[in-house]
Amino acid sequence: MRQLGFEDQNRPQWDELKALLGDLERPRRKRSLAAENLGHLPRLYRQVCNHYALARSRRYSPALEAELHDLVLRGHRCLYRQGGASLWRLITFITTGFPRTLRRNARYFWLASALFLVPALLVGGYCYSKPELIYSVLDEEQVSDVEGMYDPLNRKPGRSPERGSETDFMMFGYYIANNIGIGFRTFAGGVLFGVGTVLLLLFNGVVLGGIAGHLTRLGYHETFWPFVSGHGALELTAIVICGAAGLMLAHAILAPGQLTRLEALRKKAADALELVLGAALMLLMAAFIEAFWSSSGVPTGAKYSIAALLWLLVIAYLVFAGALRRGSR
Amino acid sequence: MLDTSRSYETPEGIRLEMHIAGPVVRAWAWAIDFAIRAGIYLVFSITMGFFGGLGMAVMLISFFLIEWFYPVLFEVRTGATPGKKAMGIQVVHDNGTPVSWSSSLIRNLVRAADFLPFLYGFGLLAMLANRDFKRLGDMAAGTLVVYLETPPARQALPAADPIPPPGDLYVEEQRTLLAFSERTSILTPDRSAELADILSELTDKQGAEGVKRLHAYANYLAQGR
Repeated sequence: MRQLGFEDQNRPQWDELKALLGDLERPRRKRSLAAENLGHLPRLYRQVCNHYALARSRRYSPALEAELHDLVLRGHRCLYRQGGASLWRLITFITTGFPRTLRRNARYFWLASALFLVPALLVGGYCYSKPELIYSVLDEEQVSDVEGMYDPLNRKPGRSPERGSETDFMMFGYYIANNIGIGFRTFAGGVLFGVGTVLLLLFNGVVLGGIAGHLTRLGYHETFWPFVSGHGALELTAIVICGAAGLMLAHAILAPGQLTRLEALRKKAADALELVLGAALMLLMAAFIEAFWSSSGVPTGAKYSIAALLWLLVIAYLVFAGALRRGSR
Repeated sequence: MLDTSRSYETPEGIRLEMHIAGPVVRAWAWAIDFAIRAGIYLVFSITMGFFGGLGMAVMLISFFLIEWFYPVLFEVRTGATPGKKAMGIQVVHDNGTPVSWSSSLIRNLVRAADFLPFLYGFGLLAMLANRDFKRLGDMAAGTLVVYLETPPARQALPAADPIPPPGDLYVEEQRTLLAFSERTSILTPDRSAELADILSELTDKQGAEGVKRLHAYANYLAQGR
């Protein structure tokens, strides 16, 4: 068949497909065609795929081929679009998806917690016993800042005394931006062969352990430990989870097994993303607690009890949530 | 052959062609997005200064969200942030489908690693080392940045009485004739004549007459007698 005859025969279908695609590509509320019309899309798309293949094999003009290729491409994009996120997916993610993914990848979690805790405990122990070791971890100005923040005479422990006019809200915003940013960077560092993740975990462990040891040695344990205990359950666990996610990426790149490195990375990244997002939510809650609860004047007994409760809740959530319905993933 | 065209075979057995965008275009798109973000930050800083502590909190949280999630928001809806749209590129999966939430989130979170040591150093290295110009975030998410191509509006073949071309033309040569006829609407008459003169042995004519004769051949190929 000649090209013009081919075009005349099939142009109605091409115009219909073009109209359908034009409508589908608009945002949902601006669409004008009824649902039955849109139901013609799969059949039309397959027919135009057939026409495109014919046009190519019969060597019709390049302009016709380009026009049909454009229709096929747009149809492919509309038809094979993946389902959007919905509230339900978010809920199932929080209640079962995230804990299950964490348990499935538990070995990365343990490795990340070792990378975080071991330096923290070591450096903390050394800083507790030797007064000058803290200055190898932080410089003088930072050490005096930290001491000022947790001075028992400070009205709001955990906040710098000079910036006294900060409100809880502002610290909430600051903690969100700072902590979740660190979590995301710990995750992203995994793609650099794990170097970024490991360095960030070690660095955070060393700094936090050093500060803890130093302040305990100074006798600030009435201000420091109640402050950090409240949000510590959520924040420390979340940082370790972000580290675990980064280590998953690193493992995929360094030891891809039977797959290519790109394939292994892609597969692991989907799980790792779940871990990061769950950890980000935990850090959000930790920021809330840190801003509105940790610095308040509540007696230390109450703070410790709440902290213990939070630790129990976090552990119970991560260990038991979603564990009952097996095989329904 | 060096080519930025990648093809993917769909389940229907068709090969879809996509042209991948290189680092320069993507850098321009990023610069435009950066300018837009800087403008938003400026507006926020000025307005939120009036609201004290609460305003600062809103500002900090907004900066955080914009910094990490500004691209995600646009990519999931249309596949392109305003900067990318301005440069005519968009983000798709490896197989040509539009990006999903998880792919967009992965590629934008790993952006933090691409940005090191400064201004996308590692990202640029990754793009240059990879066949598909993927930066680290694209590799982790399985996405590509491709040009958004819309073919120009089709022009009808110039009308002429069909005359069969002499001799047997190969299929590719017939196709070239058709392509020439369809293009004459956007070529100047002098240029069309110049091109038609290349085939003066075939048409036995020169200049505008040659062009008309080629149109006649093309019409024969397109519609028969």
